[in-house]
Amino acid sequence: MLERESTAGGTFLDRALLNPIEDTNRTFYYVVGALLLLFLVAVGMYAHQIWFGLGVTGMNQPMTWGFYIVNFVFFIGISHAGTLISAILRLSMAEWRRPITRMAEVITAIVLAIGGLHPIIDLGRPDRVMNVFTAGRLQSPLLWDVVSISAYFTASTVYLYIPLIPDIALLRDRGAKPQWLYAFLAWGWQGTPHQHKVLDRAINILMVMVIPIAVSVHTVISYIFSMTLQPGWHSTIFGPYFVVGAIFSGIGALLVVMIVFRKVFHFEAYLKEIHFAYLGNLLLLMSLLWFYFTFSEYLTGFFGHEPFEMKVFWYKFVGPYAPYFWAMVACNFFIPVVLLTFKKHHTIPKVLVSAIAVIIGMWLERLIIIVPTLANTHLADPVGIYIPSLVEWGLFLGGIVAFVLGFVLFSKFFPLISVWEIQEGRERSVKDVTERLQRYLPVHQQHA
Amino acid sequence: MTRWGMVIDLDKCTGCGACIIACKEENNVPYVSADEAGQGRALSWMTIVSEVVGEYPNVRGKYVPRLCMHCDNPPCTKVCPVRATYLSDEGIVAQIYPRCIGCRYCMAACPYTVKVFNWYEPEWTEGMDRVHNPDVSLRTKGVVEKCTFCHHRLQKAREKVRLEGRDFVDGEYTTACADVCPTKAIMFGNLEDPNSQVSHLARSTRAFRLLEDLGTEPKVYYLAEGEKNA
Repeated sequence: MLERESTAGGTFLDRALLNPIEDTNRTFYYVVGALLLLFLVAVGMYAHQIWFGLGVTGMNQPMTWGFYIVNFVFFIGISHAGTLISAILRLSMAEWRRPITRMAEVITAIVLAIGGLHPIIDLGRPDRVMNVFTAGRLQSPLLWDVVSISAYFTASTVYLYIPLIPDIALLRDRGAKPQWLYAFLAWGWQGTPHQHKVLDRAINILMVMVIPIAVSVHTVISYIFSMTLQPGWHSTIFGPYFVVGAIFSGIGALLVVMIVFRKVFHFEAYLKEIHFAYLGNLLLLMSLLWFYFTFSEYLTGFFGHEPFEMKVFWYKFVGPYAPYFWAMVACNFFIPVVLLTFKKHHTIPKVLVSAIAVIIGMWLERLIIIVPTLANTHLADPVGIYIPSLVEWGLFLGGIVAFVLGFVLFSKFFPLISVWEIQEGRERSVKDVTERLQRYLPVHQQHA
Repeated sequence: MTRWGMVIDLDKCTGCGACIIACKEENNVPYVSADEAGQGRALSWMTIVSEVVGEYPNVRGKYVPRLCMHCDNPPCTKVCPVRATYLSDEGIVAQIYPRCIGCRYCMAACPYTVKVFNWYEPEWTEGMDRVHNPDVSLRTKGVVEKCTFCHHRLQKAREKVRLEGRDFVDGEYTTACADVCPTKAIMFGNLEDPNSQVSHLARSTRAFRLLEDLGTEPKVYYLAEGEKNA
């Protein structure tokens, strides 16, 4: 056990994982500069919106919610990539998780922060946001969101940080700069057996805790909609439907991130085709599950043929939102199912295309859930029209830029693939798995 | 007990729109440019939903004045995260403008789409900016507003009633739209008072409420058209 911190055969095998930190190249600074510039543009647009009011968006009556709420649901959905997938993989003792969990957890922490800010961007009076705490009504589904998102954010940042400690200590010992940062964050890690025991226990507790919190987050986000009486929203299936969609889009985002950083930082030795094949299978499974939920949701609405429900239904199926609706079905179901079923050859390109399709498709789904219901009011009003403004597009882009920027900055300071877990896998996995396997196998009593 | 409510006789309504104007003047509801109004940003606490009914040659226009229904089971107050909208003891669904954070959840939840939002800082045309009703507070950009059943008139009437130590007389407290309606299609009063005009009409066989099956229990009653043909 004492040898766990040392390197196999005396040489450090995982230099490639620390390269982005120790040998930062010039491109990194250009990328960060460009992203910062784009981000500042988005900040400027938000300042413009604060100054003039929400009139600078494309929202109106009855289209009281638009891109901000769509993106809120979308980003929070993506955040389920992380913690949930990493927790489930750890819990099921999937050995192939080792190079994946870190990236998944980083996605969660960054995207959750971005998504959590979206309802505030959407406020008419952001200066009064503290009213939610001083005058909050716990009966309002929005308050449920505040509670569960802050719980999830706390849990998932801790869950990111705890398994990061041995790697921070490694960087501290290798003299990475700024030294004070690593010395502080390493929290006195020396790699003693006792510390490893405590770390393992902390991770075990967290991964169990994080799963119900993650499920609750997207469930209560769906409750924002399903608790109202509006056609297309008032549905009991929404909680699990949103959770499935969230995990679905989360895996998509995780795959894209893995493929991009594998290419950029040359992690080919760590992220192999088999990882993409396995995660691709998971994506395929979620795609089928997504279709099942979508089918149930719309068939129930159609069969009852309630007039208000049907207004929204036709608006999506053959009306102005038909192109988006059918694009969503193609992106979330047909493309991934076809590509991921036959992925023996060209696994990575096929997985990449499916993952991108799923991300687009899931964004469309959020749009399709929110806009058509608002556009078709109960009374004989003209059908609402929502055309997002430049500011809304700008802030959408700003959200994506913030995500990429956060990820790039993280990669500068911390390894994107857990070094100690890879080492641990190299040293122990084969033995552990062999032992575990032998316990599954039937025991044949030898009778002489 | 008091439950303020309204009855609108659709047989008497001509769709003239006087109620809309009276409401705007009474409650300091801001103007928006024609351009903005075309984009669905018109601020109006009272609107007239017009519908063409039937097929040629048997067509006719149908006008339904629509305002906040002051539901007894309001979907909007339930979702408000900060209690900036609530149901008062006398059945009025009220707004607290200085507390509203502008999340517009109440607007999304209202099945009658009667809540409006200040997309910009409110503006009035030259001259109109000097004749605000002093009894009604002005709103800022970024908050939701809607019909209050001219709540400020209730406050005034209540003062008087209390001073004179008596009960409300039917018609003593009424809204600006009811006041101005040239055909007296809009009537206002206490639904709990068995002798009031509104409680009498609300019990008539012609009375109905919008989207009654949603269970929101609106306190705005309509009298169905066609009495004269019956």
